[in-house]
Amino acid sequence: MEKFTTINSQAVPLNMEDVDTDQIIPARFLKATTREGFGDNLFRDWRFNADNSLKENFVLNNKTYNGKILVVGKNFGCGSSREHAAWSIFDYGFRVVVSSFFADIFRNNALNNGLLPVVVSPEFLQKIFKEIEKNPSTKIQVDLENQTITIETTQEKETFDINPYKKTCLINGYDDFDYLMSMKDKIEAFEASR
Amino acid sequence: MATTLFDKIWDAHVVQAIENGPQVLYIDKHFIHEVTTPQAFAGLDKRGLKVARPKQTIATADHNVPTKNQLEPIKEALSRKQVEALIANCQNHNIELFGLGHPFQGIVHVIGPELGITQPGITIVCGDSHTSTHGAFGAIAFGIGTSEVEQVLATQCILQTKPKKMRINVEGVLGKGVTSKDIILYIISKISTSGGTGYFVEYAGSAIRSLSMEARMTICNMSIEMGARGGIIAPDEITFDYLRGRKFVPENFDDAVAKWQLLKTDDDAVFDKEYHFDAADIAPMVTYGTNPAMGIKITDTIPNNDDAGLEKALQYMDFQKGQSLIGKNIDYVFLGSCTNSRMEDLRQFCALVKGKQKAENVTVWVVPGSKQVEKQAIAEGLDKILIDAGMELREPGCSACLGMNEDKIPAGKYCISTSNRNFEGRQGQGARTLLASPLMAAAAAVTGKITDVRELLD
Ligand code: SF4
Repeated sequence: MEKFTTINSQAVPLNMEDVDTDQIIPARFLKATTREGFGDNLFRDWRFNADNSLKENFVLNNKTYNGKILVVGKNFGCGSSREHAAWSIFDYGFRVVVSSFFADIFRNNALNNGLLPVVVSPEFLQKIFKEIEKNPSTKIQVDLENQTITIETTQEKETFDINPYKKTCLINGYDDFDYLMSMKDKIEAFEASR
Repeated sequence: MATTLFDKIWDAHVVQAIENGPQVLYIDKHFIHEVTTPQAFAGLDKRGLKVARPKQTIATADHNVPTKNQLEPIKEALSRKQVEALIANCQNHNIELFGLGHPFQGIVHVIGPELGITQPGITIVCGDSHTSTHGAFGAIAFGIGTSEVEQVLATQCILQTKPKKMRINVEGVLGKGVTSKDIILYIISKISTSGGTGYFVEYAGSAIRSLSMEARMTICNMSIEMGARGGIIAPDEITFDYLRGRKFVPENFDDAVAKWQLLKTDDDAVFDKEYHFDAADIAPMVTYGTNPAMGIKITDTIPNNDDAGLEKALQYMDFQKGQSLIGKNIDYVFLGSCTNSRMEDLRQFCALVKGKQKAENVTVWVVPGSKQVEKQAIAEGLDKILIDAGMELREPGCSACLGMNEDKIPAGKYCISTSNRNFEGRQGQGARTLLASPLMAAAAAVTGKITDVRELLD
């Protein structure tokens, strides 16, 4: 897994609530047997018309906005457990998703792929949306070590929570797999004790 | 200390707690299907590892399979490749596969219970959010991502943070034409699609206790639609009666029952959150929008407020605020999915369409949840009832629930569906989904429009 430290980048605002995983990556693109290439179909039906032409008014198609941070409304990633949702966001180039609320499975999947879900207060989320609207080149700094998120232009800052174990994993690029493999003896002892 | 049913099962499966971190949770049963596993097996192969406990993993092909002529090669190349990858991976790792052509094949959440693999007190995971279905048996069951599938295959464990606990009590008696699908759509409409996020939900109360196992599964199935990690119902005589005699239940069944009887929440256990609903207030439900919480009683009208999400949803559905849905023409009826594709659902549907004709303007797809359901339906003559009514019984799979195979609802068309999600494009690009019970679906199939099913019941 890619190591995560600090990201200082412009952000893409998607000011919508309850964005479900069927919108992030529609089911018809789940037929691949590898993890690569899902970024092309991220938000497929919001980005493209049926004839594959771009939908001009969708934010990902607006050149004004870019960067490694996706800022979204509350309850992002609800719906299915498809990890393809996290893969597609990561593959597209994002490394952070900022929202006031994430669906559980999506948050887990993101963390397992080096994509950092940052939960901010609803007020701070609105501040970010407002600043980006005022000035699309506004940079947002996400500092995992210190657990802070800062809006560069206004220097407004908020701290965010993250499980200390997950934090260590992200900073070092470890994943749960290695940890679980190191538990082999304990798991066998557990089985024997039942 | 007084504990909940959920605590009892969870705590008995913790191998190790990481300080300030998640817990290593032992998984008893792992279900897999073709869509969310190829990358997990590829990961194992890359690491040169084998599946640690192949006997604890059970596979089926469901998401991507045709519902007609299942024994012919799958036409669509990518779908075929996924199903073939599953076959190869199962062979390679000694995993039992109930694939196409097998008498036990079916939707993963339908076959686990009907085979008696799903049992009280165990932990179950699957790379599929509706794994919550199995909680109806008093098991802890939840959906996981593909990275976690790989972890379970390799170690039989995953790392999980223990969720908070919620109890939803439904007391009283359900009215005529009101089913467990209506209970859960009603609950979600009250507490929203995120109301359960961070929680594991126990369903309790006299209305829940009175439900059959199949009806309980419908409720637990849709726990994820309110954001919950899973749902659970304490096992009781109804549970034990359902399981008795099924293929994979413990040999010493009575001993098992004696143990299972202890699985309940202590009287004075405390939940982080609790809700109470009155069964008498629940009516046949239907959704009007693009998430499962956008549901109303059939006699109500679409809400009238200035919510951006509501406006976007109504634009997609081409409905108006304040509108009643009764009498609205529909194009498709889909009876199927892990929510409502079991015998009881098919029986309810067929009881209502028996002796009537499908309305001309609708296409009806009846897709059983499993080969065993299909067989039983034919044994009971339900296929004949359907044919006489101008409909047909197809072969098992997820089908139009997510439109990964060729069963897609065309853009702009309205479908009354017994599945669990009405997201934009869920049943096909541009498709418009209205979630409802099998009874409401049957009423729409014979009238061609959205109908209060109670008018057709004597
Ligand atoms: S029937 Fe639908 S919800 Fe159920 S497992 Fe299949 S795709 Fe998922």
